[in-house]
Amino acid sequence: METKMVLTPEQQAILDGSKGETMAKVMKTMVNYGEIFGAEKMVPVTSEYGHLVLSFGLMFLGPVFDLYQELIDNGCLSAQKFTCDPRPYDPAVPQSPIAKAAAKVIYSKQGRYEKEMKQLGLLNDDSFTCTCYMPELGNVPKKGDVLSWAESSAVVYANSVLGARCNRNSGIIELFGSVCGYVPYFGFLTDEGRKATWVVKLETTKMPDAQILGSAIGMKVMEDVPYVYGLDKYLGNELNDAAKTYLKDFGAATASNGAVGLYHIDGLTPEAVELGDKLIAEGAKEYIITDEELQRVKDNYPCIWKDPNATPEMCFLGCPHMSLEQLKDWTAKLESGLAAAGNKKVSIPTVFTTSTPVLKEFKKLPEYKKLTDMGVVVSYICPLMYMDNPLCASKPVITSSNKLRTYTTSRYYSNDEILEMLTKGVK
Amino acid sequence: MKEFKGRAIVPGDATFEAVVTKNGFNTLASMQMMNLQPKTKCNDQSNPDLYKQIIEKKALCLPLTIGSTTGGMFLFAAVKEGKAPACLLFSQTIDSLAAAGAVLADVWAEDDMPVYDQLGDDFLNYVANGDKVTIKPDGTVIVNK
Repeated sequence: METKMVLTPEQQAILDGSKGETMAKVMKTMVNYGEIFGAEKMVPVTSEYGHLVLSFGLMFLGPVFDLYQELIDNGCLSAQKFTCDPRPYDPAVPQSPIAKAAAKVIYSKQGRYEKEMKQLGLLNDDSFTCTCYMPELGNVPKKGDVLSWAESSAVVYANSVLGARCNRNSGIIELFGSVCGYVPYFGFLTDEGRKATWVVKLETTKMPDAQILGSAIGMKVMEDVPYVYGLDKYLGNELNDAAKTYLKDFGAATASNGAVGLYHIDGLTPEAVELGDKLIAEGAKEYIITDEELQRVKDNYPCIWKDPNATPEMCFLGCPHMSLEQLKDWTAKLESGLAAAGNKKVSIPTVFTTSTPVLKEFKKLPEYKKLTDMGVVVSYICPLMYMDNPLCASKPVITSSNKLRTYTTSRYYSNDEILEMLTKGVK
Repeated sequence: MKEFKGRAIVPGDATFEAVVTKNGFNTLASMQMMNLQPKTKCNDQSNPDLYKQIIEKKALCLPLTIGSTTGGMFLFAAVKEGKAPACLLFSQTIDSLAAAGAVLADVWAEDDMPVYDQLGDDFLNYVANGDKVTIKPDGTVIVNK
């Protein structure tokens, strides 16, 4: 087969069928995908692990599971182990019997899906999370690694905070890259594609809420790369746990409220520290962020509850999954908030979501008992998948996740507002 | 009638009825309920241009797709199940998620879903719901009011 792209002899041989017809189709897909974006070559995937966005056996995705079975039947397995996004249900999470029954129908292919993932190269049974890049999981790419990942929040984190190189791949494409071992060289894989076309200047009087700041930037720059000045004033110049947690939530909001796959934070993220304003492309546009601008963005979020005046019935925090730092921090805040209000338990059913390995670590700490004694359920579930169940979507759910707000009927409140509602009561 | 020239990523030669969104098309939010509907309707409450409109077997005219990186796999599944738009006509350069859906359907599905991009803002400003849109293999798109 002839291509516009220049392939190595090995890549050309795979395309011509040296590893079988199915692998040839995998390579053809990756070459065609790259040629749309003018890629001139394919480069090896260099990370130790992959990450897949598909985590749910949704009944509608039969053709995807058939395709994965075709890969398995023809020996086209992943050349690297991979992690996957979080599972769609957890018996620990409160759900009505009818909603539970509906979830079993909606995710009726979960067994088939997980069996296929194990055959294709799933790292282990604890590998289901959107925050695979946390140290407890171990899927932490090195700076400069070329990845074949999907999951918008993980891709933007890997690119921005870790300095790895990954495009915003779709599901299936990310697995194909891990199967054939190559990805097309374009976009965020190139130095040019990593340059910022927006300069964002932070002129707020206090540290902005990560979720609102990310949302504002995402909606403004869409798929472009922003270079942010002024955030290091609040986060410091070291990528410690607090800064990484902030950037996790900030990045997820940029990626879901817009389509950001890479950002640079002046004085903090690795390429910004290394290259500074050399990362800014000529003619970059400017966006100034003030307290008023962030308030405007927040005030414009629609409330799509059936009854906008309904009393909240459930709270989800942890989309993307919470870090150990966040679980400990929330435990302390809830403890003091409830004590001040003279209450013992949170006011509505509340679920904090995190990965299984982080949950295992958290369970070793005294905070776990404190948190669960206050009535909070800690789960590995994907809250987005939970809310995709129409019977759950009809409930008035609150969250401080801008990603969850974007994809579901849940309503956004800031962390401070949620803390007040959980400790003093909802109206 | 007006003619536009774009890039034929997956070429076709046919005429379809247009359905138009000036907002980014959130594939997951729009299509996740497709198998519960007799004909695929847009399920994205955040997209007033398309919400509750039938998109199946129509020429979907859009700037680009947005949202979850499951987007390409949902487009692929929709083509395999016969629940997809007849073709996708992008005013901008196609995004990586829709491109994945286009290529996956082209290589792995039996049915075609022609995909054109770079048709320009004028195209999206001109085309309206219900117009007849003819696509040609060389990237030409003809809109008949």
